[in-house]
Order: sequence, then C-alpha cells, then structure tokens
Amino acid sequence: MYGALWRVLPGPWWLRVLMLLVLAAAVLTALVLWVFPWVDQFVTPQDVTVEEP
Amino acid sequence: MSIEQEPTLRTRKRAPRVSVIGVLGELFITTGVIALLFLGWQVWLGNLIEGNTQTTEALQLSQSWRDDKAEMVTVPAGREDPGPPVVGVAPANAVQFANLIVPRFGADYVRPIAEGVGTRDVLRVGVGHYPGTAMPGDVGNAAFAAHRTGLGSPFFDIDKLVVGDSIYVETEAGWYRYLVRGLEYVRPTGVGVLNPVPQYPDAQPTDRLLTLTSCNPIYTADERIILYAVYDTWYPRAEGAPEEIAALMTGAG
Repeated sequence: MYGALWRVLPGPWWLRVLMLLVLAAAVLTALVLWVFPWVDQFVTPQDVTVEEP
Repeated sequence: MSIEQEPTLRTRKRAPRVSVIGVLGELFITTGVIALLFLGWQVWLGNLIEGNTQTTEALQLSQSWRDDKAEMVTVPAGREDPGPPVVGVAPANAVQFANLIVPRFGADYVRPIAEGVGTRDVLRVGVGHYPGTAMPGDVGNAAFAAHRTGLGSPFFDIDKLVVGDSIYVETEAGWYRYLVRGLEYVRPTGVGVLNPVPQYPDAQPTDRLLTLTSCNPIYTADERIILYAVYDTWYPRAEGAPEEIAALMTGAG
C-alpha cells in the first residue's frame, strides 16, 4: 500500500519524501480538525456525577 | 539492471508488488496509529481546544452581564458588609447562568456553568449545576459537576485546592465568594454529598455551602472526588469585581 504510493509518485526521492510529508500533514490536520471531534461525540465520557444506584 | 539480464535469474519469480496480507497489515498498523493519535488528542490537544472554548464562552457570558463598557471598579478589601446575597432562580436545563472562577486553577481560569448535569448537553461544554440543589449564594448546598480529564478538564486540579482557597461564582447579580473547606472521596452512588447539609439527609441547613464533584482516581471513574466550600461574602455587580479576580474580569471587556 505505502510501497505502491511511493512508486506512483513522480520525481526524485527527495521530492517524493516532500510530497509524502505534505500528505501526512494534510491527513493529520483533517484528523484533528474534523475526524477526531466527530468521533468524540460517540465516545462515552467518564461519569463525574453522583447518582442514585 | 544488469543482474536481471543473467539468464539463470530471469526465470525467478518476482514477489508481487502489492499483496493482500501486506495491505491488510499496513491497514492494521495505520488504524492503530490513528487510535493512539485520537487518545493523545482527547487528553491533550482536543482537551486544550475545548478548555479554551469554555473560557471564551464564560468571558462572553460575563461581558453580557455588564450593562456598559465603563471601567470596572475593584472592590477594596476593607469594605462594608454587603448584606445577605441576592439569589437567582434556576433556569431551564442546559441554559448557562453562571461562571466558576478558581484562582488556584490559574489566573485565567473561568468556566461557564449551566443548569443540569446531562452528559451531552451540559458536561461536554462546561460545569453543570445539579438540579434541585441550592442556587449560588443561597442557604443550603449548591452542587456542581464537571470533567476532570478530557472535554476541557474543568476540574483537572480539584485535588490541588487547599483549605481557605477562594472559589468565586459569578452570576448576573455579582460574585459569590466561597472558601475551600476540604475534600471527601465517595462511591459513584454517594448522593449524600448533595444534601443541603452534606451526608445528613434530615438536617436543616443554616450554612451556605458549595460542593464540586468529579471523577477519581484521575483518568478513571471508580470513585468521586468531592470538594466542599463555605460561603464567605458576595460582591454586588454594581460595586465591581473582587480584587483577587479583577484582572480576569476587567480583561473580559
């Protein structure tokens, strides 16, 4: 999968590394800004209240 | 490449460029890394962002109670007794009606308080006021809940409070000052801490108390950590903000 990605990218090795870094940064940004907040609403947070049994 | 031109090696089977097992393995590793990133986001980056959002909302709330942009007066320490505090009426569920200000949690610490302790509608966005408990400043026990880790961590440092620390509750009427009395640890079913006189279901309240509840031990929820504070005084809004938190409050406008 990642090997194939490496092979389809054009250019010399340093350009490919650069493109992969940009791609990784874009993925990370998308995760932090949209994916994680969206997933978080389905995660049950810890209880902090006292309640009748 | 020269080595592939050798007749003896030409017939050697080349490994497929993409194998099912290989892709599956890479997917698993990727999923694991993303799950770890999510955990890090929950306790650190997302937590910071949500905490900042709560502070911004609280300061907006505070500003909305100021009728004009006039410079806020700071109440001097040796002032006259303002008399018994004005007590508000509890609003509808999930409506923000107060701010919690705890100098021990940091000079910029202020978080909004909404009515109710709903997991989704209230506790995700700040501090919750237990319905049916006293309102801030009233005789009895005003009880609040909030998260200790994640979702902005309003009560992250609850165990760092020491006896005599100030806790302020800001409402439209002004600022109520409570002084920390002590901590208690109970089971999640220990509702006695919400009684008008905590742990005494039948006692008639004479004191004005404030109770905070959160989860304990930190990062888990086996127990509840309870903080008690006792009413000290109040500062009517017209007279200005208390000196201890004046910088935070005037920075709001």
